[in-house]
Amino acid sequence: MAHFEQWAGFKGKEWVNSVDVRSFIQENYTPYEGDESFLEGPTEATDILWGKLQELQKEERAKGGVLDMETEVVSGLTAYGPGYISEETKDLEKVVGLQTDKPLKRAFMPYGGIKMAEQACTTYGYQPSEKLHEIFTKYHKTHNQGVFDIYTPEMKKARHNKIITGLPDTYGRGRIVGDYRRVALYGIDFLIERKQYDFERYARHGMKGTDFRLREELADQIKALKEMKEMAAAYGYDISQPAKDAHEAAQWLYFGYLAAIKTQNGAAMSVGRISTFLDIYIERDLKAGKITEKEAQELIDHMVMKFRMVKFARIPSYNELFSGDPTWATLEVGGLGQDGRSMVTKNDYRFLHTLKNMGPSPEPNLTVLYSSRLPENFKKFAALISVETSSIQYENDDVMRPVWGDDYSICCCVSATETGKEMQFFGARANLAKCLLYAINGGIDEKNKIQVAPAYRPITSEYLDFDEVMEKYDAMMEWLSKLYVDTLNMIHYMHDKYYYEAAQMALIDTDVKRSFATGIAGFSHVVDSLCAIKYAKVKAIRDEDGITTDFEIEGDFPRYGNDDDRADDMAVWLLKTFMHKLNKCHTYRNSVPTTSILTITSNVVYGKATGSLPDGRKAGEPLSPGANPSYGAEKNGLLASLNSVAKLPYELALDGISNTQTISPSALGHTDDERKENLARVMDGYFDQGAHHLNVNVFGTDKLIDAMEHPEKPEYANFTIRVSGYAVKFIDLTREQQLDVIARTCHDHM
Amino acid sequence: MTKGYIHSLESFGSVDGPGVRYLIFTTGCAMRCQFCHNPDTWNMNSGTLYTADELIDKAWKYRTYWGSKGGITVSGGEPLLQIDFLLELFQKAKERGINTTLDTCGNPFTREEPFFSKFQELMKVTDLVMLDIKHIDDEQHKILTGQTNKNILDMAEYLSETGKPVWIRHVLVPERSDKDEYLHRLHDFIETLDNVEKVEVLPYHTLGVYKWKELGIPYQLEGIDPPSQERVENANRILETAKYHA
Repeated sequence: MAHFEQWAGFKGKEWVNSVDVRSFIQENYTPYEGDESFLEGPTEATDILWGKLQELQKEERAKGGVLDMETEVVSGLTAYGPGYISEETKDLEKVVGLQTDKPLKRAFMPYGGIKMAEQACTTYGYQPSEKLHEIFTKYHKTHNQGVFDIYTPEMKKARHNKIITGLPDTYGRGRIVGDYRRVALYGIDFLIERKQYDFERYARHGMKGTDFRLREELADQIKALKEMKEMAAAYGYDISQPAKDAHEAAQWLYFGYLAAIKTQNGAAMSVGRISTFLDIYIERDLKAGKITEKEAQELIDHMVMKFRMVKFARIPSYNELFSGDPTWATLEVGGLGQDGRSMVTKNDYRFLHTLKNMGPSPEPNLTVLYSSRLPENFKKFAALISVETSSIQYENDDVMRPVWGDDYSICCCVSATETGKEMQFFGARANLAKCLLYAINGGIDEKNKIQVAPAYRPITSEYLDFDEVMEKYDAMMEWLSKLYVDTLNMIHYMHDKYYYEAAQMALIDTDVKRSFATGIAGFSHVVDSLCAIKYAKVKAIRDEDGITTDFEIEGDFPRYGNDDDRADDMAVWLLKTFMHKLNKCHTYRNSVPTTSILTITSNVVYGKATGSLPDGRKAGEPLSPGANPSYGAEKNGLLASLNSVAKLPYELALDGISNTQTISPSALGHTDDERKENLARVMDGYFDQGAHHLNVNVFGTDKLIDAMEHPEKPEYANFTIRVSGYAVKFIDLTREQQLDVIARTCHDHM
Repeated sequence: MTKGYIHSLESFGSVDGPGVRYLIFTTGCAMRCQFCHNPDTWNMNSGTLYTADELIDKAWKYRTYWGSKGGITVSGGEPLLQIDFLLELFQKAKERGINTTLDTCGNPFTREEPFFSKFQELMKVTDLVMLDIKHIDDEQHKILTGQTNKNILDMAEYLSETGKPVWIRHVLVPERSDKDEYLHRLHDFIETLDNVEKVEVLPYHTLGVYKWKELGIPYQLEGIDPPSQERVENANRILETAKYHA
């Protein structure tokens, strides 16, 4: 049984005997039911540091999106000495640690793929190192090379024609949340001890390949833990022992996270559920008179400042998929415990308050785990922050808690994983709208006019027959689901082999659960297309080769987004059918298949690659994002639209169902008091029906148009909006994406 | 079973009564307000016919959003022109415990039968009346709306006598109602009422002008801009809107 003097005053036994942060939290946290009046503004140090950082951000934008880039050093835990926002102000930084030696400088990360790492350099005018090129082409294989060595011709074709796309085969898969709290609570030495114990525990007679793999992974994890100590030592901290106070707890925890972002460039690098955990340390220090509320807020502000600085070197095609340089440093507040107590603490207020102290920001991706049973004060406070900053998202704790318990983290935009007990194989998404066109055209791509899917018989009738379409669509989805899962299996095999996340996995239980996250794009368009074929008359327009390239619709049909069961039942059917097909596939390392309806900003790129659809969407137009109804489909107002989305059962899409809504401030109420209360009621009503996720934007279309035309205005420098699954500075989007955001329904009622 | 002529339905209203509300817009209005932003609701016997049950079933799907304050609001058009239908609708709403708000300009109000008894019944199942007073001066009211305001003010007095909660709404139109003299007279009138929970100044806006054009009706406020922020504040000051807490 471990015992540390740093634990003085903490209650409970279970977390002492084994690594169990959840039980530590449950035994020790202090629920807070009050309002926001206790919060403190920024300290002078915060203003100075944030001022410097904003200057750097401005410089970064002026240089075309990248401030500085490494070309000579391969990123690693100990690749650099200490780095600070600036040398003169380093003593002001309450939480220290940079990915490289300079702020906002992007590291060189070749393990995912050397070509991409080099392309990222040349795109922004940097010359990649010849020596590193030689090493990673001649002497060391990368994840990307591994995958392309074993892809089948069919996979390459499907990938090239973008029926499956956004695959993590050129960069880190991300979406693995280390339990960074463990570094603070236990210190590194204890964690090494536990992993060494596992190393011995998993030794067995007659070992086979999978056992060797596990032993090698454990060895890598232990090595990573040791290097974390070295990394921290460079900043003058010894993290071998548990953190003794709030300041150390925040710093230790951040070092754990820093280890992840120094070694991996996954699309999503979530921080996890740290707020209530840190509050325990802050409460202990506040009670002992060791810190003041002002200092507590400063600590959180400085930590959040670091999360706002996470950067990765990306290539243009990546930026098209995930626009605006997001990192998904997702961080959760709120939620209820299994015992029914609210897990809202003062620290949840402090994290949301950073959006006021330092202004709106897309990162960290602040997520409120929502329940109508959260304290009313907190619900209204969060709603007010939404009204003022449009920077936070909401996810339904009442549907996630029964599946993932009360200590889950959001590992990307909307996907839950049990913190420290689970990892996810991220799998991008399959374009089900294109799949429908393949069904109609017998597997020939409607854009590139080549045979991609098996040459099933195409539809040849002038008018589409619903039953015939459904039969062919079912067969084509069956093909797609198999190919999609097979492709992902290869990707994750190679990722484990060449780009293993030793640092994050060192902070996760050895007997980890794995989920296999697939995704759907084009959701609403398939639903509306099938409704059009069923309820109206749809005529196929074919080109000279007999390929259907357009449709004419005669008559009206129900559309998803109007709380109309005819369309919404079709939506549930589609989700269920695809999920059942995925369930039939073997998945790598016995992972549990899940799916999401989430597109990020890739809806624009997917749309470009997708032909005209039977719902009236023309070739090349953006697909609707995530689970959102299609553009212009919503005719009955915000709540009708929300009700449609709420009908999708979360248990069929455990990786998440993303919905983004924009509400004009005047449609929410006359005053901020009315607005925050009405927004809280909207969320109560939506989530009480079992809906999963909501991005809330509160502004009018006029503001977007002005920001697009005048990005230089100071008030737009940090103007943040929520898009599918994350937040982004509006001026960082491409014009195409800005127009897409503007085109989406703004719920504005007179 | 009576059917009502409905112009449109909206699942989300948050400025049309307390909390989050389902909005039902009826067709038909005898007033011809120069600033009307819904002239497409004027025609009687147009729109879609619905039974009260159908509408309640539709609204009921949004009950989870209503919390303790929200519910349904019937607006228009002028809902009181279809009082038989409205009565049935609100009675059915009350059977399910739904909060009911009536948004009216009061123009059909009279103490004559058969309207008056029906109105008394209606008030038994109405939680809140949002009463628009378009102009306090009768002559000006006629110019602005084409109708007298005598029975509208009488309705306000009747609601006060019976203690029915009321929100008074006043559209502030430059060159029409936005004069201190009129605002003071309106204030004095409101002061005589005992049942007012809230007074709202609604600045005239031009968002509905396109509808006039579509309908081919000459727009008589052409050239009049929405009131300035100062004038809106001035009206709020004179009408003492801040002292009411709904």
